[in-house]
Amino acid sequence: MSATVNVMEHAVPPESKLRALLRRLRSGDEVAHVLTLTFAASILLITGLLVRELWVTSHLSRAKFGWMFLWTSTWDPIFDNFGALPFIYGTMVTSVLALLIAVPVGLASAIFLSELAPRKISNSLSFLIDLLAAVPSVIYGLLGVFIVVPLMREKIGPMLIATIGQVPGIGKFFQPPNYGVGFFTAGIVLAIMIVPFIISVSREVLITVPREQREAALALGATRWEATWKVVVPWARPGIMGSVFLALARALGETMAVTMVIGNDPKIAASLLAPGYTIAAVIANEFTEATGDLYLSSLIELGLVLFLMTFILNGLARVLIIATERGGGHSA
Amino acid sequence: MRKSLLVVSLVLCLAVVIAAQGGGVLLTGAGATFPNPMYSKWFDVYHTLHSNIEINYQSIGSGGGIRQVLAGTVDFGASDGPMNDDQIKEFKQKRGVDILHFPTVLGADVPTYNVAGITTDLNFTQKALVAVFLGSIRKWNDPEITGPNPGVKFPDSDILVVHRSDGSGTTYVWTDFLAKASGEWKSKVGTGTSVNWPVGLGGKGNEGVAGLVKQTPNSLGYVELVYAIQNKMPYGQVQNADGKFVKADLASVTAAAAEASKNMPDDFRVSITNALGATAYPVSSFTWLLIPSQFSDPAKRDAIKDFLKWMLADGQNYTEALSYARLPKPVIAKEEQAISRIK
Amino acid sequence: MNRALLLWRKIVNIVMLSLTGLAALLVVSILFFILGYLVWNGGRAINWDFFTKLPKPVGETGGGMANAIVGSAKLLFLASVFGLPIGFLGGVYLAEFGGKTFTFLIRYTTDLLNGVPSIVIGIFAYSIAVLPVRHFSTTAGGVALGIMMIPIAVRTTEEFLRAVPGSLREGAMALGASKWKTIATVVVPASFQGILTGVMLDLARVAGETAPLLFTALNNRFWSPGWNQPTASLPVMIFTYAIAPYEDWHRQAWAAGLVLLALILLANICARLILARGTKFRTA
Repeated sequence: MSATVNVMEHAVPPESKLRALLRRLRSGDEVAHVLTLTFAASILLITGLLVRELWVTSHLSRAKFGWMFLWTSTWDPIFDNFGALPFIYGTMVTSVLALLIAVPVGLASAIFLSELAPRKISNSLSFLIDLLAAVPSVIYGLLGVFIVVPLMREKIGPMLIATIGQVPGIGKFFQPPNYGVGFFTAGIVLAIMIVPFIISVSREVLITVPREQREAALALGATRWEATWKVVVPWARPGIMGSVFLALARALGETMAVTMVIGNDPKIAASLLAPGYTIAAVIANEFTEATGDLYLSSLIELGLVLFLMTFILNGLARVLIIATERGGGHSA
Repeated sequence: MRKSLLVVSLVLCLAVVIAAQGGGVLLTGAGATFPNPMYSKWFDVYHTLHSNIEINYQSIGSGGGIRQVLAGTVDFGASDGPMNDDQIKEFKQKRGVDILHFPTVLGADVPTYNVAGITTDLNFTQKALVAVFLGSIRKWNDPEITGPNPGVKFPDSDILVVHRSDGSGTTYVWTDFLAKASGEWKSKVGTGTSVNWPVGLGGKGNEGVAGLVKQTPNSLGYVELVYAIQNKMPYGQVQNADGKFVKADLASVTAAAAEASKNMPDDFRVSITNALGATAYPVSSFTWLLIPSQFSDPAKRDAIKDFLKWMLADGQNYTEALSYARLPKPVIAKEEQAISRIK
Repeated sequence: MNRALLLWRKIVNIVMLSLTGLAALLVVSILFFILGYLVWNGGRAINWDFFTKLPKPVGETGGGMANAIVGSAKLLFLASVFGLPIGFLGGVYLAEFGGKTFTFLIRYTTDLLNGVPSIVIGIFAYSIAVLPVRHFSTTAGGVALGIMMIPIAVRTTEEFLRAVPGSLREGAMALGASKWKTIATVVVPASFQGILTGVMLDLARVAGETAPLLFTALNNRFWSPGWNQPTASLPVMIFTYAIAPYEDWHRQAWAAGLVLLALILLANICARLILARGTKFRTA
């Protein structure tokens, strides 16, 4: 009867939009959302700006040389003729060399740490290896200049020339002259720098391989090594490949250590003992003094090329590592 | 507790920073490594005389000096190769004022080498040097090298050529000389702060080249005289335009400038490589400070003008100890008048 | 079973397993070699002058790197000011607020930024922080290093925020706290240790970078007052001195290398020890 109240008569009128906004603002959540969103978006802004800067400031050389830039091998500031080939060559050669040295050593160490070593030793050794990753590159350069270069010049280089250099075919990679600085020295220094990355990622990936795989292999009579090499490692292969690509991307962009030991000569040579040049090293050496707009533009275009190379590699690496972590490993 | 510690340390940092705001005049210059030992000594002495003026000079190479002065990121530049007409026009276009060249000292590029067993001064003909740097002579015992050096034992080894990897006035001077000595060099490689070297390793700065030559057997490079002396490296005598083999020293470098200083152009841009005169050292050069003709900051303008005055007077007394030759008197007189061009 | 084959497999087993052990040993011994060499060469060169004096003119012996040490400290301070807020708040966004596509985009871009070679970041910082104002400066160096700090800060913040158990958040919300209050007063403090260690590692990594400083902070023979002048820094000094022909400079380069490495390793060791022991909510 009269006790029933018509709810509609006493209902609170619907909130106006403005009031709703103010209420949310006062509660702080919207503000926090917008604030953090803005800062997160600034990352997009910075990266976008970076790519744009590289693109725009290299337009002179892109317009003049076009795609030929990538396979011209002169670098002549006097006659304004620039080509990226020697630098791309040097970057690839030193990085591949670094991988050839670092991957076996790194993978072997990772296997040791994940499969064989007792937990405590594994953890402390991993700790120490992670410290190696923290050493700045200029210090690697310092050690490269004072230890590796003289060693290469006096002991290792002559030895390589006398042994492998005499073998037909592969021997052409180890020919005189040998100055201590060159592709091989840079490759060695880079290898030391990237090995910790390979080890730490590979170790993590190997640990995630399910125990059943290992145990199944052992139950079938495999030795420890066989179980590891033929079952566990293939399972983790995508992730290990990912770590290799990550290491490669790091090696490609390495500047200081390389420029101190590579010889800074923009030439393409078959011998690994010859001096060379990488993209990062030439930018570091010539950027502040490139007189002439085309010269500067060419250097920045080199930076763009390097950026694209590392971009593609990093992308591949991420995909591979994620593929393993999702348990997507499968036997060969 | 942790938060207050953080706040306190931040405040301390800021306090230190604010306190460190000097009230003095700071000038930044960059450029040639050629005169770096001289400039760093000068700016150091000048600072002790005028403790409120700090002139921070970074030797990034003459190319760098020209580039950064064009971009306006430094107050003055320094170069052993004068700016060419295009660059001067570019400066006027970009910065709106003229760029002035002020010679500071005379220096020389010397061929330095590291060959086991050879401690004497080798004689290098012009032809030999051109050929070595072109790569057409590859061994130390080539007749063009052994010819002028009777009695010296040369090894049958490859010559490792060392040049600059950065843009350098020392390179400018060296290639200027080679271009004058050989038409082939001029057309194939040319003169400049950075060239397309036919052969050789690159070292960064005079320091880098000296370091490489010192550490690598059978090498031959070119460095500024003072670097060879400071590092006690052997350097050879170069054949001059008159055909004589001359060793770089204060007297021979001064002799190279004798002709030019009598007829110094108003903008002070001259090349004195391959100068005539029996005693002239052929790879000599002035080195210049590149100073804009107008400064928006009066304190900076006064500081640089005062420094120039001091440099032309007292400063010249420090040159010989560092193996640079003083400026000839007529040049000094002309420069003192030119200082008034800086407004 | 063929006896010979079994023996062969056993031999291979032992040999390969020993090789892996040797490899690990090799890598670790490289670390000790580096440390030892630096301590030996750098330790002999470290004296009071090194920490308190300015560099001497070219070719003269003596002097020190006081301005480089202070310069590096200022650069790191600025890098933190530029990079940490973006990194931290970006990480908060990803962990707490993110929608699907935008989150993916931000994470992808952060990874991209992380992979950019440091020299390219140097070029970028030159064009936005040096050219427009027409001078080299500590600020420009700070900008370059700050950009390099962002990706790691984002990743660390996100990781440690996510690791905070839902029960803590729900408890706060049940008590009536709004979302941002929960984050600010409960979630962040709970993950603070982890985030702090991430910051330490980030700083340590950026402290050793040389390439981006070459075109931004340049170098300075004197003290660099304020933030708008070029400044000396440890990594650039090491580089400049190491490639020079002066013995005294080499000596000082070793000393600088030792100081730099000691600080970086110290930060790393502290950070990892704290992480290993302290974070209660870290999932295995």
